Amino acid sequence: MEKDIILKVENLSKQYRLGLVGTGTLGHDLNRWWSRIRGKEDPYLKIGESNDRSTKGNSDYVWALKDINFEVKQGEVLGIIGKNGAGKSTLLKILSKVTGPTTGEIKTKGRIASLLEVGTGFHPEMTGKENVFLNGAILGMTKMEIQSKMDEIVKFSGCERYIDTPVKRYSSGMTVRLAFAVAAHLDPDILVIDEVLAVGDAEFQKKAIGKMQDISNSDGRTVLFVSHNMAAVKSLCSRAIVLQHGTTIFEGDTHDAVDFYLKSDVANDIAHYVNETPESGSDILEVSMRDKNNNITGLFGFDDQITLQVKLRITEDILEYGSLGFRIKDKNERTVFSSEINLNEFVKKDGVYFSNIEFPKSVLLPNDYRVIIGYHVPNKKKIRSLFDVINFRIEETGTIFHKYKGVDFGCVVLDCKWSMIAD
Amino acid sequence: MSNKNDNWLYIISPKKKLIDLNLKEIWYYRDLLILFVKRNVITVYKQTILGPLWYFIQPLFTSIIFTLIFNNMANIPTGEGVPSFLFNLAGITSWNYFKECLTGTSNTFAQNQGLFGKVYFPRVIVPLSVVLTNLVKYAIQLLVFIGFYIYYVFFSETLVTAKPQSAIVFLPILIIIMGFLGLGLGMIISSMTTKYRDLKFLISFGVQLLMYGSAVMYPLSYFKEKLPNISWVVEYNPMTTIIEAFRYMTLGVGDFSLVKMLYTTLICILIFLIGLIVFNKTEKSFIDTI
Repeated sequence: MEKDIILKVENLSKQYRLGLVGTGTLGHDLNRWWSRIRGKEDPYLKIGESNDRSTKGNSDYVWALKDINFEVKQGEVLGIIGKNGAGKSTLLKILSKVTGPTTGEIKTKGRIASLLEVGTGFHPEMTGKENVFLNGAILGMTKMEIQSKMDEIVKFSGCERYIDTPVKRYSSGMTVRLAFAVAAHLDPDILVIDEVLAVGDAEFQKKAIGKMQDISNSDGRTVLFVSHNMAAVKSLCSRAIVLQHGTTIFEGDTHDAVDFYLKSDVANDIAHYVNETPESGSDILEVSMRDKNNNITGLFGFDDQITLQVKLRITEDILEYGSLGFRIKDKNERTVFSSEINLNEFVKKDGVYFSNIEFPKSVLLPNDYRVIIGYHVPNKKKIRSLFDVINFRIEETGTIFHKYKGVDFGCVVLDCKWSMIAD
Repeated sequence: MSNKNDNWLYIISPKKKLIDLNLKEIWYYRDLLILFVKRNVITVYKQTILGPLWYFIQPLFTSIIFTLIFNNMANIPTGEGVPSFLFNLAGITSWNYFKECLTGTSNTFAQNQGLFGKVYFPRVIVPLSVVLTNLVKYAIQLLVFIGFYIYYVFFSETLVTAKPQSAIVFLPILIIIMGFLGLGLGMIISSMTTKYRDLKFLISFGVQLLMYGSAVMYPLSYFKEKLPNISWVVEYNPMTTIIEAFRYMTLGVGDFSLVKMLYTTLICILIFLIGLIVFNKTEKSFIDTI
């Protein structure tokens, strides 16, 4: 069994210094150097905090990665998931040797090639062909290798006609196609792929994802795949790790990992609001997004049950005419839908109530949404309006549209009645 | 578990060694080096009408101006039987090679930030490619120098007694030393500027000042005669020795001694080694500090 391990990450940590590089830097550098010549440990390695962006720490040093351990077997496709800032990119950068770790080691038995971005090193003044050679060489191919794959690359890119024209004359889409074509024909033992690679128009994306799938499925190829797209992770990977604040919080089967990621409190800080200075009369006390087990979360799968819970105090004077409503906006500030109730249809007595609003299932498409809540007596009195307190995200967990990227399908999918009748 | 450690292909770990120059890896990336050189050479004068002619124009015009100002106006002597234009062209050509190596490599990290942040390849390839590119340019400019040499010897009415010396066989070594010096200094500066940007300002006018202290447009002997008190500044400048040696080899004028050459070679190798160490230390983590 052990013979199969091709990549081993041991106690990998990476420390970053926050703030500006300024005059203080020289002081710290000198201090570091002084303790090194005395044979002591780096004094700044002992301090440092976990990388939680939302809380203001009291140290200038943070650990972008802290004690990461995992192993990858020959031929395995490992998914790496986590929200922004979890350390995914840092891990990729260390794996691809762009930056070094602070402590720890990565041991490997194969050559690692990484695709963090396509088209690095493209020179606008050179022709497509010259750029293929240059880009291929930058990615670690020899001239011979590129030569032998040239026809294939040009064909895949679909830029035959422009191949002897300087790249600056290309449309941006063509540049990306050509760049991806070079990257897709790399042939290393271990391939590190960042999901942002799937670029271009819908047609080319299908081709690109198909190619990635081919690469992943082909015999003996080990792939590390980093993505936000849970559907892609589910379809490509056999095993996955979940990162949060620079540490591994889950490792195992892909389906379990995706579930864990969605269910974990990874994003609940944006999905819970507590009114710290409530009015003594009627007011909203608390708002949260809940899953079907009544746990607070800001991340939902497409077909998950989504509930908005509002805790509010209702006083006698507004019982009759008061109303509670909300609007859902997408990230472009478009209102997706709204809903409102008259309080007197639901409550007969004053007091504190929990209002649970269950959204229709499988309607909101994967995207980021914002909730705006209004508690008022229509046209008479505003009691409380909350604008920027609650956000939630619906993750791609397998809608029919998951195969496309960058295409706007709107915010809701409706259950249309389709039929096909033979002529 | 422990006996397995032997068969890892390579290990990524925090860098500890002082010089960790993986020659095998550089050899593996030789195609990249060649492609970089090709890119540098062909893209500089793309979409210009005169194209590679610019390689000639710049040193020619500088030499003409220098001749007018320093020799015709200020009457700086260039030696018996040596046309001052040829004297200046020799100095400018060599100085340009050193200068371009230095300035070209000194912004390695700043200029390639995007590239270095995305892909790994031995970083030293980039400064090496700059030096090789300049070598190509230098070779072209040497041709111009030879052309004018022939013109002066055979077609000019002025008496030209300048003769290449037998020491000219060492010219390739001189060129290598010059490249090492430019590369070494450039690597030091490029590494330092990733964290402290101050050096960027120094280099732009520092190089210009250095030219005046490197016996480019005057012979060392004349400087010694006029300003004996501060002549050591020029005398111990390695570039002075190199330029004087170049003029001695090609024109037969100038100060050339084995002791000075040895001293210069040592200094250049020392600077190159320091550059390599500093560069090596920087390349692994510069992306976090730049």
